[in-house]
Amino acid sequence: MPPMPQTPPTLTTRPRGVRSSRISGRIGAAVVALMLLVCLGSLPFTLARVGGAAPGEEATMPRRFEASDLDAALRPPFWADGVSDDGGRHVLGTDRLGRDLFVRALAGGGISLSIGIAAALVAVVIGTLYGSIAGFCGGRVDEAMMRIVDILYGLPNILLVVLLAVAVDGLTARFGADLAPGVRQIINVVTLLVAIGGVTWLTMARVIRGQVLSLKQLPFMEACRAIGVPVRRQFTRHLLPNLMGPIVVYATLTVPAAILSESFLSFLGIGVKEPLASWGSLAADGLNELNVVHSRWWLLLFPCVLLGVTLLALNFVGEGLRAWADPKRRA
Amino acid sequence: MTRSTLSRPAPAGSGATPVPLLEVRDLKVHFPLRGGRRGHVVRAVDGVSFDLAVGETLGLVGESGCGKTTVGRALLGLVSPTAGRVRYRGETLPPRRRAPALRRAMQIVFQDPTASLNPRMRVGQILAEPMLVHRIARGAELTTLVNDLLVRCGLWTGAADRYPHAFSGGQRQRIAIARALALRPDLIVCDEPTSALDVSIQSQILNLLSDLQDEFGLSYLFISHDMAVVNHLCDRVAVMNAGKIVEIGPRDRVIRTPTHEYTRTLLAACPELRPRGG
Repeated sequence: MPPMPQTPPTLTTRPRGVRSSRISGRIGAAVVALMLLVCLGSLPFTLARVGGAAPGEEATMPRRFEASDLDAALRPPFWADGVSDDGGRHVLGTDRLGRDLFVRALAGGGISLSIGIAAALVAVVIGTLYGSIAGFCGGRVDEAMMRIVDILYGLPNILLVVLLAVAVDGLTARFGADLAPGVRQIINVVTLLVAIGGVTWLTMARVIRGQVLSLKQLPFMEACRAIGVPVRRQFTRHLLPNLMGPIVVYATLTVPAAILSESFLSFLGIGVKEPLASWGSLAADGLNELNVVHSRWWLLLFPCVLLGVTLLALNFVGEGLRAWADPKRRA
Repeated sequence: MTRSTLSRPAPAGSGATPVPLLEVRDLKVHFPLRGGRRGHVVRAVDGVSFDLAVGETLGLVGESGCGKTTVGRALLGLVSPTAGRVRYRGETLPPRRRAPALRRAMQIVFQDPTASLNPRMRVGQILAEPMLVHRIARGAELTTLVNDLLVRCGLWTGAADRYPHAFSGGQRQRIAIARALALRPDLIVCDEPTSALDVSIQSQILNLLSDLQDEFGLSYLFISHDMAVVNHLCDRVAVMNAGKIVEIGPRDRVIRTPTHEYTRTLLAACPELRPRGG
């Protein structure tokens, strides 16, 4: 007797809360996209050299974000101060050296965002691979791999970042004396992101290992073994797709965390080096300008607002992505 | 009963001394105790022996934790037996790392239909995977086979494009059965396939299992703690307690005239059971 065919359900419902996370996710994504576009897209402008009519002169000219004008130092934004007479050249005012804050905030945003994203990427790749291999192999391999993580966890990680940054600094000072300043700045930034990524992957590895251990026990993984699905395929087709949720959530949490570590390091003076700026170092400069006599509020406010808005938007994106990645929310 | 059109050996009883499909002798599975001293083990399965004929359904009953599930997992090579021997059509099986042909011969249906399907794969991919891995079919042929499986298990062909969460528990169990069937096995270990389902759905799934048995000449090792379900489906019944089989025999004999004290306790604990014809 053939079994009775069942009719397909025609109505699918979406759980509550999807719409709100979807809307905030889209707003967040729009803000992050705008920030990325503006900050990274304006780099050719902010990094362009100022002046330089003659071709030979060009190399010695300062780039726009480091071009100082001591006559125009510490000007507030032109729209906030009626006495400004510079014809509205400085949208967000100027700093102690008369450098335009707007240009520096754009360049700094580019640096902050790229360090954050790249460091999170480093952490996610290392952490996911390490954690899932440990969890998947299990047994002694797992024990050994996770003890290494425990040991690294025991070390104060900001100290590790500082040590790494200082060590690379020393190396470039010793062996790279003839390097162009641009190359040195690139080495500086890359060191920073590798160092931050290199210490944040530990949590990722633990989270992923725990997920893998619990996934491995589920009957669908047992069914794979009973069917004889090759280990590689089990890993790529069954394990990794089910890890996407935690990976995405943790990755979006890591980006703002990495941006914050970078600001902290810049504040300590080990991060991004002058004249290069980041939102963190701009905020630190702004804090130094805050005193009882003059409040040069613009120097602190604008970098902080940009940083805060970006971090908030990143969190919205994370939540939206998590909702999107959850198959239960798809029809 | 119509037997399978696929080439299957005749059911037991036709030859003089037929080789059983499965011969289990003195199977033991011990698990080391965590944190315990060396030599301290849990004797999950402690010397189990039985035969399973082609086309037969053997019910394995017992209370929770008596080692029923571990027997099934050991047969499939999902756990390594500590001792004992399992022979499939007269051939001794390696404890793990089995050849693809042996993997094809035995499949399993789990208790929890939700956890036994990968939530990130569409039903079509879930059913296609065993056939892809064993290079049975590909492309359009594969799609046809998947659709065949779905219809045979009481679903519709459009189900292939959906994710498991879009289905009810009973439908998910049908998908799990279809996946087990995809490799055309001789034996399906059913590990309490109905205990997560409500009673009306249970009987649908049991009927599906017996229809498929008629069609493909399948043998079942039916693991359950529900005497009523076992009574409905099984030819023979083995009663397990504390890792050992305490009683084994034809269904009516075991259920109507149990000889072992434990079997009587188990039957007494089952209020609504009325043996067939009784």
